[in-house]
Amino acid sequence: MDTIFAPATARGRAGLAVVRISGPAAWEAVAALGARLPPARRAALRRLRDRAGEPLDEALVLLFEAGASFTGERVAELHLHGSPATLSAVLRALSAIPGLRPAEAGEFTRRALENGRLDLAQVEGLADLIDAETEAQRRQALRVLEGALGRKAEDWRARLIRAAALIEATIDFAEEEVPSDVAPEVLAILDGLIPELRAEAEGAVAAERIRDGYEVAIVGAPNAGKSTLLNALAGREAAITSAVAGTTRDVIEVRMDLAGLPVTILDTAGLRETDDAVETIGVARARARAEAADLRVFLLGGEGEALGLAPRPGDIVVQGKADLGGAEGFAVSGKTGEGLAELTRRIVAELEPRAARAATATRARHRLAIAKAAGAMESARLEVSRGPGRAEIAAEELRTAIRALDSLTGRIDVEHLLDEIFASFCIGK
Amino acid sequence: MKRDFGVVVIGGGHAGAEAAHAAARLGVPTALVTLRRDGIGVMSCNPAIGGLGKGHLVREVDALDGLMGRVADRAGIQFRLLNRRKGPAVQGPRAQADRRLYREAMQAELAATAGLTVIEGEASDLLMEAGRVAGVVLADGAEIRAGAVVLTTGTFLRGVIHIGDVSRPGGRMGDRPSVRLAERIEALGLPLGRLKTGTPPRLDGRSIDWQAIERQPGDDEPAMFSFLHDRPFVRQVACGITHTNERTHEIITANLARSAMYGGHIAGVGPRYCPSIEDKVVRFADKASHQVFLEPEGLDDPTVYPNGISTSLPAEVQEAYVRSIRGLEQAVITQPGYAIEYDYVDPRALRPTLELREAEALFLAGQINGTTGYEEAAAQGLVAGLNAALKVLGRESVIFSRTESYIGVMIDDLVTRGVTEPYRMFTSRAEFRLSLRADNADQRLTPLGIGLGCVGEPRRRAFLAKAEALAAGRARLEAASFTARQLAAEGARVGVDGPRRNGFEALGLPEATFEMLERLDPTLADIDAATRAQLARDALYASYLERQAEDAAAMRREEGQAIPADFDYGTLSGLSHELRSKLERARPASLAQAARLEGMTPAALTLILARIKAGERRRA
Repeated sequence: MDTIFAPATARGRAGLAVVRISGPAAWEAVAALGARLPPARRAALRRLRDRAGEPLDEALVLLFEAGASFTGERVAELHLHGSPATLSAVLRALSAIPGLRPAEAGEFTRRALENGRLDLAQVEGLADLIDAETEAQRRQALRVLEGALGRKAEDWRARLIRAAALIEATIDFAEEEVPSDVAPEVLAILDGLIPELRAEAEGAVAAERIRDGYEVAIVGAPNAGKSTLLNALAGREAAITSAVAGTTRDVIEVRMDLAGLPVTILDTAGLRETDDAVETIGVARARARAEAADLRVFLLGGEGEALGLAPRPGDIVVQGKADLGGAEGFAVSGKTGEGLAELTRRIVAELEPRAARAATATRARHRLAIAKAAGAMESARLEVSRGPGRAEIAAEELRTAIRALDSLTGRIDVEHLLDEIFASFCIGK
Repeated sequence: MKRDFGVVVIGGGHAGAEAAHAAARLGVPTALVTLRRDGIGVMSCNPAIGGLGKGHLVREVDALDGLMGRVADRAGIQFRLLNRRKGPAVQGPRAQADRRLYREAMQAELAATAGLTVIEGEASDLLMEAGRVAGVVLADGAEIRAGAVVLTTGTFLRGVIHIGDVSRPGGRMGDRPSVRLAERIEALGLPLGRLKTGTPPRLDGRSIDWQAIERQPGDDEPAMFSFLHDRPFVRQVACGITHTNERTHEIITANLARSAMYGGHIAGVGPRYCPSIEDKVVRFADKASHQVFLEPEGLDDPTVYPNGISTSLPAEVQEAYVRSIRGLEQAVITQPGYAIEYDYVDPRALRPTLELREAEALFLAGQINGTTGYEEAAAQGLVAGLNAALKVLGRESVIFSRTESYIGVMIDDLVTRGVTEPYRMFTSRAEFRLSLRADNADQRLTPLGIGLGCVGEPRRRAFLAKAEALAAGRARLEAASFTARQLAAEGARVGVDGPRRNGFEALGLPEATFEMLERLDPTLADIDAATRAQLARDALYASYLERQAEDAAAMRREEGQAIPADFDYGTLSGLSHELRSKLERARPASLAQAARLEGMTPAALTLILARIKAGERRRA
């Protein structure tokens, strides 16, 4: 059984971040961070260090024995000072410990369930909790895959399928007219992939712009007053910490602290049908970003109606340009500031109960997955170069690489490999 | 006439024979109903058993004391272990079989089986009682009552044979389809799909110019299918290999419109790995030549099966293209190639026991479930036969795990994902390929068979002796200890500064051999050759198996978590609409099956698990 870890507290204004570690190696993990183990169920202050001996944080450490913890396994809790930098550093240090990996959404709960640690009421209350986790994970995945990493992952996927299919073809169709030596092509693919993955894992390619916190997209038809509203929010209610052009020039991001919550407001291109090719691309991207955001503010009153996007439960719908008068219901004006405080209140009220997306955790998970895949590919490379007698072992290493990457590339199974084989070779006696 | 049996099997093909034998092995009075007694064990396609993935299945059937391996060994006239130069995990035993010997050996095995009665007759209907199958009605009106029925009727559901633009209803060549039984099956309202498959023309070997043809002999040290056998029973022969050429392809291209498949007469989907020669010529137009294996059909039978040129072209075109091939210039076709189209039952309608979800006590096995191949059929027959018998006995059913057998991989693939083309086994389908080897099928499955009671005394004793030798050999290896320097000096690929290793670990090093260890520790000398070879195979993958053990354990946990048949996904909040409708369609029987649905998330699995646990507790 793997030992898993994850932040147990939502990020935001909290002054404290709790990291939970569960599994057979949970206590050893604390020791690996340089801390002397306190007796079970007795909190103790300990200095945590990374592998290089650099201090990470002064943390409160709490251990639980198997059978007497939330999951039923050995558990350790680290109560850290809440800074995102500290938290990321600790998560990174935990990732580096053999046998530990970041938890999947719902995984702590799953273990608690399997070990009979939840009572009936708790079990029945789980749905909502897991629902929220799933939704957060889905949105996070969408965001990653919308970005540059997603495009890369798709390209990796195709190359991995090709390499694995070549090896599998020599195994399963040895009697057929497939090339008996696929090593040159497989090695070429791996030689190309490994450095790319390594570079990505080490963060050398820093194109990805994922941050902690919430994303709120302002959507509406062109000229609904979205940009004015954004400026007003930024200027009056929030401290602007950065304002940069988005990954496309059609999405503007402004990062701000909204009543204590870290929020990135997205000003999206106006949603409308257009004949202009460039604008069409902009609109498509805006739609995709808005889909992936945690919350959408629909600003009514633009020219024509916003297209292709419907409010989801929790989304805020508001009449824009309140200064022009005549609006019914809740209305705001970026120009006069009317309704701004109410909008901020509604946004915060909507977001606060939700767990902030843990971009650092997601990034850490991806980094780990990519590094694991690269390692397996290096082993595969070695086995391929040892000759066809080790084909099944090379194939096994490639499978490990494929499984490691499946959160990024999507699941690859035998049918994809068979598709590639049958498309490439004339199989069939 | 009225007779009562525990299990009735309809069909005497590879699935039927295995099902009937398995049910009888469990001590249940069993009847096998077939049109003709002498049709039992007929190989209707190519005269060969085994291969990659398929050879694994045969070994697994054998490990459970099934028939196919034993019978194929008796009939084998050319044995080859495929992938001999690759690792043991992907080596697959294969043999050319003498058709007549195969049939005779199969019929003899069945005749000698206690508690098994072969009934010649046409099964024309099923007896149904309160939604449950209660027996079979024969065409002459006789009723055979039974606690469970296994249907192994191959391609008989709306089977149509095509030779060029001529088509007629039929099962395999020469058999008539059973119309009334087909109507009964259709009335059950099962989801059906349509598939096709083809055969090549058969040649008279006496008209082949063998001097012009490359020969492919069997292995010098033939590997048998059965764990109980160590050498072939009959004289061994070679196969021939020739090739199509540009002239062949011209003839085929010029006549494409007359092919049943290309002329638009066939709607079914054919297998991608067994395309017709028309398909090969069209899809791989840049290939100037394709291999043709000339497989003898028997020692005393001049018929040759030209593997690689299956077709649905008219007979005269078949003759023209066959005669364009080197060595076949004068070849006489004894039976033209044909394509057959048939309905199959979507196997997602089955439980992992191969019992139909919607018709209690009715089990399906073989080609009717959308598979192809004798081996796939036999393995399903075994599973259906065992489970039908267990049901009659009121015992718990047996479900094969993906982590333990190719049988488990196949059944799970079928009932979870269904088929889009005739399903064939490949080693790449097994995620635990390194541990599911042909060489250790007995180590994996014979203990299970002994526990079930389907393994006879001779095999039980042979297996226990072997297991004991292996355990003792392994213990001795593990007690021995060598330094990395010693091992490196003997030629193992290991850094000299590495840790000490026990003998079993050392045997897993690249380039390590048992003889090397024996030089270092002469007391190992008395371990016999077979035990050595098996220990070396086990050691080779030991480090990978350790790595996979956790994945396998997780999968077994999920396989062990049953999802109640009446599980209500509709009221499970937190599932996306898409996942919910997928689950409602698939009705997975276990958490493992649910996990294999496309788009399934860990969180959704937790939700399902939570609901199951909540339900269990409410009942408790």
